[in-house]
Amino acid sequence: MCLAIPGRVMEIKGGLAKVDFGGVTREVDISLINPKVGDYVIVHAGFAIQVLDEEEAKKTLELWSEIFKLGVG
Amino acid sequence: MSAGAQPQLRFRDRGLAEKILEGIKGLGVKATIMHVCGTHQDTIMRFGLDPLLRGCGIRVVSGPGCPVCVTTQREYEEAGLLMERGKIIATFGDAARVRGPRGSLLDRRAEGGDIRVVYSIRDAAEIARRLGREVVFLAIGFETTAPGTASLLLSDPPEGFSILCCHRYIPPVLDAILGMGEVRIQGFIQPGHVSTIIGVKPYEFISSKYGIPQVIAGFEPLDVLAAIYMLAKQIRDGRAEVENEYTRAVRYEGNQKALEAIDQVFEPIDVPWRGFPLVPKSGMALREKFEAYDARKVYEDELSDIVALEISEDPNCRCGEVLRGVAEPEDCPLFGTACNPAHPRGPCMVSIEGACFISYRYGPGARAGDPQKA
Ligand code: SF4
Ligand code: SF4
Repeated sequence: MCLAIPGRVMEIKGGLAKVDFGGVTREVDISLINPKVGDYVIVHAGFAIQVLDEEEAKKTLELWSEIFKLGVG
Repeated sequence: MSAGAQPQLRFRDRGLAEKILEGIKGLGVKATIMHVCGTHQDTIMRFGLDPLLRGCGIRVVSGPGCPVCVTTQREYEEAGLLMERGKIIATFGDAARVRGPRGSLLDRRAEGGDIRVVYSIRDAAEIARRLGREVVFLAIGFETTAPGTASLLLSDPPEGFSILCCHRYIPPVLDAILGMGEVRIQGFIQPGHVSTIIGVKPYEFISSKYGIPQVIAGFEPLDVLAAIYMLAKQIRDGRAEVENEYTRAVRYEGNQKALEAIDQVFEPIDVPWRGFPLVPKSGMALREKFEAYDARKVYEDELSDIVALEISEDPNCRCGEVLRGVAEPEDCPLFGTACNPAHPRGPCMVSIEGACFISYRYGPGARAGDPQKA
């Protein structure tokens, strides 16, 4: 039950959104966040609990690539 | 897969994973690290990280991070009693399968009980609305799940709907586990999704009180490896801070809207966790204003029998110790014999993310090369 998975907001209607999980769409309650269409959200037990920050995701990956390419001490 | 899903996939980059592992090894730290989330355990075992990490000197143990596992027999028994008294019980699949002294909730369906496995509290409320019957939602889960429950209760639930509240706060149990002093761990991997809600701050007192490093981590293999690298570095440098590896989802202040919903609906109370004595301020109780939805108030008479019930844990089951990180699944005499996924004796064997189930599934090889057990 703890599994929370990212999906993409396709449509918003009131407190609900249609979220696409790689081809499967599901209706999700968005009363806990304020997403926009196109956002990636983390969904847990029927509720979107956070918006994923794609910029941060890229930054994180770049940072690691940099650190570990150079070797670490 | 859509383009935006790409960053997720790249969090599984093998080459980079190997580099991070080298980095961990290079730090030369020997440590035991506890995570408190079933999904972290799944990532570690599914991607075969456990033996690799042990090869680098790092042992990762599971803590009380599974809501299904830490919910007590008494709480499941309350749901069972209400089911016997004709209420429809709705809950998550794992919770329905945990065995109590009188079988699991699902088993008890054979005696005429009505239990519905749902994906969300929203589905449970929908059942009450559709059937016009009394539906009790067995509400388990930490700060990740509780805001959903709160949000639903704040939005005018249907007639006949109530919850048996078993929600719990994570930081108090971390305090308890260290305070008990029986487990020796040098760092915590903190649960990413709980942290999306509570943010970074609620963990800070733990680092200052116990001098223990913590890193909030996401759930991809690289997230977990990077978090362990960050922990190992803190340990090497003698630092004890809360660092956030999962910045793409966790903000320092958390999710304010969700926190407000929790705060409006629940108040902290002392509750026991499976394997733990009372943990101060770790339980969420419905505030008085919401007592019309509190199954323990609404069905007070029907539940009064529970007080007299002797509910004891199976004396052979070591789930309590597994949940406190002082025993590994293989230490349990029932492991793999009397207790297996087809016939789970304890909750840790129930779900695909329970510590015992995972060890059973991935076999003893998954734990080979343990630097601290050699
Ligand atoms: S067993 Fe179920 S409830 Fe427990 S951590 Fe895993 S998914 Fe969550
Ligand atoms: S093997 Fe079964 S009985 Fe033993 S600790 Fe694990 S779940 Fe509990």
